[in-house]
Amino acid sequence: MSIKKFVVGCFDDEKVLFPAIKNIRRAGYKIHDVYTPFPVHGLDHAMGIRETSLHTAGFIFGIIGTATALGCMGWIFTSDWPLNIGGKPHFPLPAFIPITFETTVLFASVGMVMTFCYLCQMMPGVKKHHFHPRATDDLFVMVIECTEKTNETEVISFLQTNGAIEINVQEAETGWWFGRYDKQQKLYRHEEVGY
Amino acid sequence: MNNHFVIPGGYKKWSVGLMIVGALSLLIGIFVLHPGAGSHGDNAGSTRFWAVLLQNSIYWLLLVNVSMFFICIHTLAMGAWQVAFKRVTEAISSLVPIMGLLTLVIILSIVFGHRYDIYPWLDKNAVAADKALSGKSGFLNPTFYTIASVLVVGLWAFIGKKMRQLSIESDEGGPMDYETAKRWTWKNIIWGSFFIVVFGLTVGSTMPWLWLMSIDPHWFSTMYSWYTFASTFVSGVALITLFLIYLKNQGKLEYVTDEHLHDLGKYMFAFSIFWTYLWFSQYMLIWYSNQPEETIYFIQRVGTAEHAGPYKGIFFFNLIINFVCPILLLMKKAPKRNYTMMTFMAVLIIFGHWIDFYQMVMPGTVKGDPHMSWYEFGIPLGFVGLIMWGVGRYISKYPLTVKNHPFLKESIIHHT
Repeated sequence: MSIKKFVVGCFDDEKVLFPAIKNIRRAGYKIHDVYTPFPVHGLDHAMGIRETSLHTAGFIFGIIGTATALGCMGWIFTSDWPLNIGGKPHFPLPAFIPITFETTVLFASVGMVMTFCYLCQMMPGVKKHHFHPRATDDLFVMVIECTEKTNETEVISFLQTNGAIEINVQEAETGWWFGRYDKQQKLYRHEEVGY
Repeated sequence: MNNHFVIPGGYKKWSVGLMIVGALSLLIGIFVLHPGAGSHGDNAGSTRFWAVLLQNSIYWLLLVNVSMFFICIHTLAMGAWQVAFKRVTEAISSLVPIMGLLTLVIILSIVFGHRYDIYPWLDKNAVAADKALSGKSGFLNPTFYTIASVLVVGLWAFIGKKMRQLSIESDEGGPMDYETAKRWTWKNIIWGSFFIVVFGLTVGSTMPWLWLMSIDPHWFSTMYSWYTFASTFVSGVALITLFLIYLKNQGKLEYVTDEHLHDLGKYMFAFSIFWTYLWFSQYMLIWYSNQPEETIYFIQRVGTAEHAGPYKGIFFFNLIINFVCPILLLMKKAPKRNYTMMTFMAVLIIFGHWIDFYQMVMPGTVKGDPHMSWYEFGIPLGFVGLIMWGVGRYISKYPLTVKNHPFLKESIIHHT
């Protein structure tokens, strides 16, 4: 991907974080992401992230599962190898429903897990830049992307007035890469602040 | 405070008007259909008269009774989200005594009027000649039927009354302190669990067997009660939703938000699928094993491959309206938060399960001569009017929000 400059502000309280997000968005800064140690209720609304389309993907996977099960069983029992089972018709829909249901659920669930991993860029071996190691422990880390118009010092003071307890500027890879963390950190780490 | 509901004139007019429509249909029914004649099924009109009354009274009774079940399961599970509209649910359940009384009058006049066309097991000679029926006569006899019906309706009404009283008592005085709230919640849990046990033993098992399944006394299905329960539960939730949306449109219930509506929508969606699951479980096992004494139930409805039954249309319409429509229309988040869509779905579901009860009752009673005209629609309209009247009376009498409920705040900030 590309290397960009970020201002990273750390908060130690949700009650401070929420108004801060509101103010930052109102001021027109671009929030890259907010990293939290646990799922915070309502954070996605506060950040103005659009609704996920994961469930649409789930519906499509489910329909594919239904079609696969019905198509497969229908083809086998009517044209490929018709058998007389208890005098039932060759396409006994009620008897196929449980299997169709299970296949639908299987396709939908497995498909959704994979889509989720794809959307979140998660895979064994895939690495992304960590803005602050304590984001997995006890800090809420807000990352603001700097564009050519952004004045860093202004952002820093803005974060300070909004209650950030720790602020630093980092240049980091925005995408993901395969391999180890030190590979990127050796190449791109700009400042030692915050680590 | 916006906590008090005054019945608008239009509402009153509609409820009374619908009740008059119901009463008129009943009156015309008495004159046209001759309810006293031909208890052996030799008079199609009189059979139709009693069958429609049986279908509607039991459907609407179970429908309003679900509201109390709704309150009790949430009391036991500490499901606080519904507290903001708890009074509305209570208002619907306050109809159980009067609806129960109506039902008792109807079903007991069927039993004591010796309506063999409705309940074949009432005929002593037929039972004595029939090995299967005489084997079931310990359960299917007028004495047991009467005692069980009266006892069960009485218990529903009594425990429901207790639960509503607890809620109304809490309105007096200010917010509860910790100890009082704890004691009050505990009392609610005791009565609520008592109700759930009674509900599980009646709606969950015996009463649908006794009231509805015994129309076809030779036939049996262990799924039947659960199927009936799912049917009434989903339409009961739809009824709660309807009143909620009505009150929101009147500018009341300011604590109820889209989040609460969304959760009710989830209930409607989930229990529509649960109903389908039970419907299918009943159907598939009978279809697969293909035993003549079991398949007769479906042959009466759908008919055979050579000869389509008179209820074939309704049978499949039932599935479309109660399964296909909810699963497709309520699947996404937006429709569950949309007032128009939720109103449409709630009406559709209530109507759909009314159709479901129609096809449970009619094939065994009026058999090959189904009707769907003024009498079939007039009687349920009367019941709808009665429900509107009862709910309006209750919510105009008491404050709309249970303002001292310990969980009220949790319900206000509820977020799905």
